[in-house]
Amino acid sequence: MKYSYTAGTRTWHFNDLAEVMARATPARSGDRLAGVIARSAEERVIAQMTLAEVPLKQFLNEALVPYEEDEVTRLIMDDHDAQAFSAISHLTVGDFRNWLLSDMATPEVLEGVRAGITPEMAAAVSKIMRNQDLILVAKKCHIKTAFRNTIGLPGHLSTRLQPNHPTDDVNGIAASILDGLLYGNGDAVIGINPATDNVAQAIKLMKLMDEVISKYEIPTQSCVLTHVTNTIECIEAGAPVDLVFQSIGGTEATNSSFGFNIATLAEAQDAALSLKRGTVGNNVMYFETGQGSALSANAHHGLDQQTCEVRAYAVARKFSPLLVNTVVGFIGPEYLFDGKEIIRAGLEDHFCAKLLGLPMGCDVCYTNHAEADQNDMDNLLTLLGVAGCSFVMGIPGSDDIMLNYQTTSFHDALYARRVLGSQPAPEFAHWLAKMQIMGDAFVLNDALPDAFARSLNSLPPASGQH
Amino acid sequence: MMKNKSTGFADNPVVENPWRRLREFTDARIGLGRAGVSLPTNELLEFQLSHARARDAVHFPLDFEGLVSAIESSAGIPVTDIHRLQSRADDRMTYLQRPDLGRRLHSHSREILQHDLATKGEVAGEYDLSIAVVDGLSSLAVQQNVVPFLETLLPQLNDFSLAPLCVVEQGRVAVGDEVGELLNARCVMVLIGERPGLSSPDSLGLYLTYQPHVGLTDAARNCISNIRPAGLSYVEAARRAAYLLNESRRLRLSGVNLKDRTQDDVVETVSGNKNFLIS
Repeated sequence: MKYSYTAGTRTWHFNDLAEVMARATPARSGDRLAGVIARSAEERVIAQMTLAEVPLKQFLNEALVPYEEDEVTRLIMDDHDAQAFSAISHLTVGDFRNWLLSDMATPEVLEGVRAGITPEMAAAVSKIMRNQDLILVAKKCHIKTAFRNTIGLPGHLSTRLQPNHPTDDVNGIAASILDGLLYGNGDAVIGINPATDNVAQAIKLMKLMDEVISKYEIPTQSCVLTHVTNTIECIEAGAPVDLVFQSIGGTEATNSSFGFNIATLAEAQDAALSLKRGTVGNNVMYFETGQGSALSANAHHGLDQQTCEVRAYAVARKFSPLLVNTVVGFIGPEYLFDGKEIIRAGLEDHFCAKLLGLPMGCDVCYTNHAEADQNDMDNLLTLLGVAGCSFVMGIPGSDDIMLNYQTTSFHDALYARRVLGSQPAPEFAHWLAKMQIMGDAFVLNDALPDAFARSLNSLPPASGQH
Repeated sequence: MMKNKSTGFADNPVVENPWRRLREFTDARIGLGRAGVSLPTNELLEFQLSHARARDAVHFPLDFEGLVSAIESSAGIPVTDIHRLQSRADDRMTYLQRPDLGRRLHSHSREILQHDLATKGEVAGEYDLSIAVVDGLSSLAVQQNVVPFLETLLPQLNDFSLAPLCVVEQGRVAVGDEVGELLNARCVMVLIGERPGLSSPDSLGLYLTYQPHVGLTDAARNCISNIRPAGLSYVEAARRAAYLLNESRRLRLSGVNLKDRTQDDVVETVSGNKNFLIS
């Protein structure tokens, strides 16, 4: 369907809803690269005004990627809950923004309409929201998940401990795990990106983390971020799999390029559930996303990168994940050029995911060829903390020596706790106190806790050859 | 001490971490210590220095004259002609946002290579190897590593006929395909500055493509990464490159079907499966 908008004496035309969405998107380099960006600042706002007048119902009539061609579109349409939608079905996109910000939209009401909101509706409204709107509404969306602890309670912020090592050396990884635990990190997950990506290596790393979690009785979960089909093989081989990982995108073609489809995820979820390793909950999936992945796989169907990103959340919510993580600055400046674009994208992703009911965290990060630095990351971390982000990354000194990028550090998470009063998952906070790592008011113990002192003392005194 | 602390003037506001000694196992920035829960000043500034070096590596332009004179004065590099070429990305800001432009040669640069081929018609088609030196994302990597690496590699390639060496500014890996195609070379070897890591601003990458032509994907290439003194040594990188180049010529292919078997005899050296936390 064609769209037009008259402003003064000039009438603007848009070929279809996808074009309105793309032109209405706040500027970013990936949309420029794809050739879908607004051609002027004026056209962007005209597109936003056009979009504001589109009825939410139209998103159920006009699929942005054809239903016949794409299983993500089929998932979105087939799983749409008309009953939940009825409360907002009379609204336009512009009305929807007003309603979300209004006092009518309480946390309970938002939960009630959640299944009636499609990713495209969430993406559309986000495009006409300012950063403060994205923060305010996200904070009203309470998404609780659980495995060995409880993630996402209001006033809480969890961290993924990311102990990557360029050769997967077990002592190198253990050293970073120890560092993270002693800085109070690791309640979302202890998650390793393996340097060598195969089944045998993944099992080795799963056992390593399982032994550490068991020995120190840590109320947390582990994950090796290997391909979903590898994790299925690991489970078949009897490995101690807590969470199943997969990077996901918002079109079937993107996911095909990643080597999986929705049925693969269902198979993996069933396999992980059969292990019954959760103690306080059964959310067994961990997904990562990020704007630009569909374009980079040449699988974006002419959509803007943010709309593609939010469509991925339909895939995620099908599988009740424990954690979803938007890796916002990793992809590089050809998709998100600078700190301003990374910060905006991080807030959009967090808002849209929370609105759709996902436990969204954020890899607040950048590469060295992006126009960004630690101050930009401080800004995004603080904004996301205010917005009620479920979790962030924690890594020694912000430096991932395996993936070669910078993300938030163990120290950064403690900064956020202190300025925002954000608690770790309650089960994990209890463990930190019991182990004499961190007490009330986020004060770390100056002395080395006994249990860990014993492990350190067991090391040979000189530079050991292991 | 107690008295000092109670008045807020402890001897040292920085709490050091006794587990810093575990750095013998990893280059990760563990055991940094803390001021309150924040980074101590020295660690903050160490990080800033690393980031500054990585940023400079991305943004400093390649010193073309310096590189050429180093190549020409090197006894180990038997190169006579050197061409200076540009991609279609006019400047660094464009380059960073438009990878598609960095993959293609500027029309003026195409003409240089077309002219070269036309004037040397009698040898055209007999080049075994075209070498393309590309700034990529780290001019520092190119400036520091290309000459010593080529000095190590080229003596092992005595039976390869070399096309004129090409230096491409604002280029991505795939620009080498166009260089090799225009020079009618059987194979192209791209030496390119890799995306700088915080602790590795000078990492050089090598990409090898048999029968290069515009439009190939990474599946058609073989890669050797992290060539630098603190990473993969010149000797080891040259050994692997010579192996791949000879195998590529023998099998007439490159990419996923050309396997690097130089490491098959290396026994895994990681420290078994037990770590100190559970010992």
